[in-house]
Amino acid sequence: MIGFKDSAISEKTPFWLDPKKRAIFFQLLTFCMVGLLAYYLISNTLNNLEKQKIATGFSFLQKESSFEIGESLISYSAASTYARALLVGALNTIKVAFIGIVITILLGTIVGVARLSTNWLVSKLAAIYIEVMQDIPILLQLFFWYAIFYETMPSPEQALNPGAGIFLSNRGVAFTIPEVHPAHKYMLLVFLVGCAIVYMIRRWARKRQEKTGQFFPTFRVGIAILLGLPFITWLAFGAPLKMDAPKFVGFNFQGGLMVSPEFIALLMGLILYTTAFVAEVVRAGIQSVSKGQKEAAMSIGLRPPLVLNLVILPQALRVIVPPLTSQMLNLTKNSSLAVAIGYPDFVSVANTTINQTGQSIEGVALIMVVYLFFSLSTSVFMNWYNKKVALVER
Amino acid sequence: MEQAVQAEEIRPPVTNIGVIGWIKNNLFNGVLNSILTLVTLFLLWKIVPPLFRWAFIDSAWHTTGQACRQAAGACWSIISMNYRFILFGFYPYEQQWRPFIAMMILFGLLFYSRDRNHWKKPLAYAWIIGLFTMGLLMKGGIFGLPSVESTQWGGLPLTLLLAVFGLTAAYPLGVILALGRRSKMRGVKVLCILYIELIRGVPLISLLFMSSIIFPLFLPEGITINKILRAQAAIILFTAAYIAEVVRGGLQAMSRGQYEAAESIGLNYYLTMRLVILPQALKIVIPPTVSILISAFKDTSLVVIIALFDLLKTTQSVLSNPEWMGFSREAYVFVAILYFLGCFSMSNYSRKLERELSRGD
Repeated sequence: MIGFKDSAISEKTPFWLDPKKRAIFFQLLTFCMVGLLAYYLISNTLNNLEKQKIATGFSFLQKESSFEIGESLISYSAASTYARALLVGALNTIKVAFIGIVITILLGTIVGVARLSTNWLVSKLAAIYIEVMQDIPILLQLFFWYAIFYETMPSPEQALNPGAGIFLSNRGVAFTIPEVHPAHKYMLLVFLVGCAIVYMIRRWARKRQEKTGQFFPTFRVGIAILLGLPFITWLAFGAPLKMDAPKFVGFNFQGGLMVSPEFIALLMGLILYTTAFVAEVVRAGIQSVSKGQKEAAMSIGLRPPLVLNLVILPQALRVIVPPLTSQMLNLTKNSSLAVAIGYPDFVSVANTTINQTGQSIEGVALIMVVYLFFSLSTSVFMNWYNKKVALVER
Repeated sequence: MEQAVQAEEIRPPVTNIGVIGWIKNNLFNGVLNSILTLVTLFLLWKIVPPLFRWAFIDSAWHTTGQACRQAAGACWSIISMNYRFILFGFYPYEQQWRPFIAMMILFGLLFYSRDRNHWKKPLAYAWIIGLFTMGLLMKGGIFGLPSVESTQWGGLPLTLLLAVFGLTAAYPLGVILALGRRSKMRGVKVLCILYIELIRGVPLISLLFMSSIIFPLFLPEGITINKILRAQAAIILFTAAYIAEVVRGGLQAMSRGQYEAAESIGLNYYLTMRLVILPQALKIVIPPTVSILISAFKDTSLVVIIALFDLLKTTQSVLSNPEWMGFSREAYVFVAILYFLGCFSMSNYSRKLERELSRGD
């Protein structure tokens, strides 16, 4: 009788009190609301686009851009298409982000270690640097460096010459570089081959050490191969020594490698700002390895370099890598502020494109897609690296 | 007895205590550290005195731009002669006491909120009333105050406005997104993840572009929303995604037992969250939330790019005046000091809070 009554109750449970049915209802409701909102916005947009006679679609990419871009890694002129202009912008973004990331990691490590130094003066200076840089907006820093460059540097006629072959002026920095020679291409090729060889030697040395216990100086041999092979190639081509020095012609320098003030200001701002954050990440990582680890490693007779390489670093890196990734991504995203000081990065080129074609939706969508691609590919890479580092733990 | 007397007599060598001992232990312990100290001191001696001379001794403090060009040092006159415009932008000159009072109300509220003992219901009401009063003071139009259109708002009040309103609106949205991301309902979860990851993957500037050039297309014909509000919306949508991630961290830190206990006493989802989970989870994430507040405050400077007259933009327009052209360093240093003061006090507060919370009271 009681059992019967129970099942009667459960049969009578109204559908609005059943969690499963309610969940379906809520999700339908959410989707309906999002869908309605999207429909409302899209229909308004289409209506407006038609009224204002704005073209839609990506066909503008094939049209002639008819604007110049100050610096480019690939050949580009005003006669090129918008697609090529945007590619130039994307490559410029990658250039500044790549150089910025490499230098930031180096500097950030130095400042982070300095923060932990037993030297009171060094540690306090590092602390002040970290605090000050973190608390000033990156955009303000960019403006500041750009203004300093523009206002304090002399005109190209009176360019400063701090070192042999380097000229500083308000048009940028001109460097002397080796003149283009076919040998360089082969040197690069040989260097890449060297990388592959070193990788294989490293694997072989590990296996041998695991089997026989014999140690092979991979690091020294590796350096010798990486530097030696290109050097031999260079000698084989008759050691071309001709340099391409910047010369002052007309109003500006010609020849050599010219780095624009926009690029320098952007790079400097990004590096100095992100270094402060990376330093904090590095400090936290090093502090996370307990003192006992170091003492244990030393007590089994490892020499200091090996203690660092085999014991401290693998553990610290596990803590450091995830937040470091997000800092690197931040640097890449912040490089979009280039638009404010006129460095032709992707956002800046896309902005010009929007202004010329009026196709703002496509333009902003392209910006978002490109940055999403950067962030997703970085996080895929870092996930892979994370897994590799985590495996060391076992 | 004799031993005790002896123990009293032997004192640590002077080189280990006092100033000398401190210097020896902290600056000259080891060869490398000694070299490092000497090099650092040399660099400081090379940099600091000239900088001090530039900033304080050779500097001009209250002169015209022409006189400034004669001075060898810094030209702080650019600040002292233009501070009203830098701080308040195009707000009508005689009415500038209004944004000033609004800012004072904000600082007062912030200062009062520092103490955790004050975190009670009345404080929330005080904030609501305070924010409302600030908006009213800025806008005017009643109580005999002349109306000031928001297109004329600018300078520091605009920066603070974007940051404070941005965060107050982004916070509830962020909490909802975080709950959605942790929800058992697949559809809701996917939507929230998509939103959060999409926003976090793109730079704020793309959202600001969107607000300034695409947003007008979204609205039906004839309806326009002013630029500040649109930028504010972009900042809210952006900050909410970051808050959602921080809050998610707090939700994940809650043990299962908390959920189960709440369910076992018959609380439904809403009450579980409101009475049990959120109060604890949000408390854990106060320090990271403050750092989000700091970055939101810094990020408001990006509205320069869509030509809103925030603190940075008013400074730049002073710099474009021929009389003051070329004194960017001084002007930017001044703005940097303002930002630094704001951010530093917040991060200091966050550290203090973290210490208090980890002490477990």
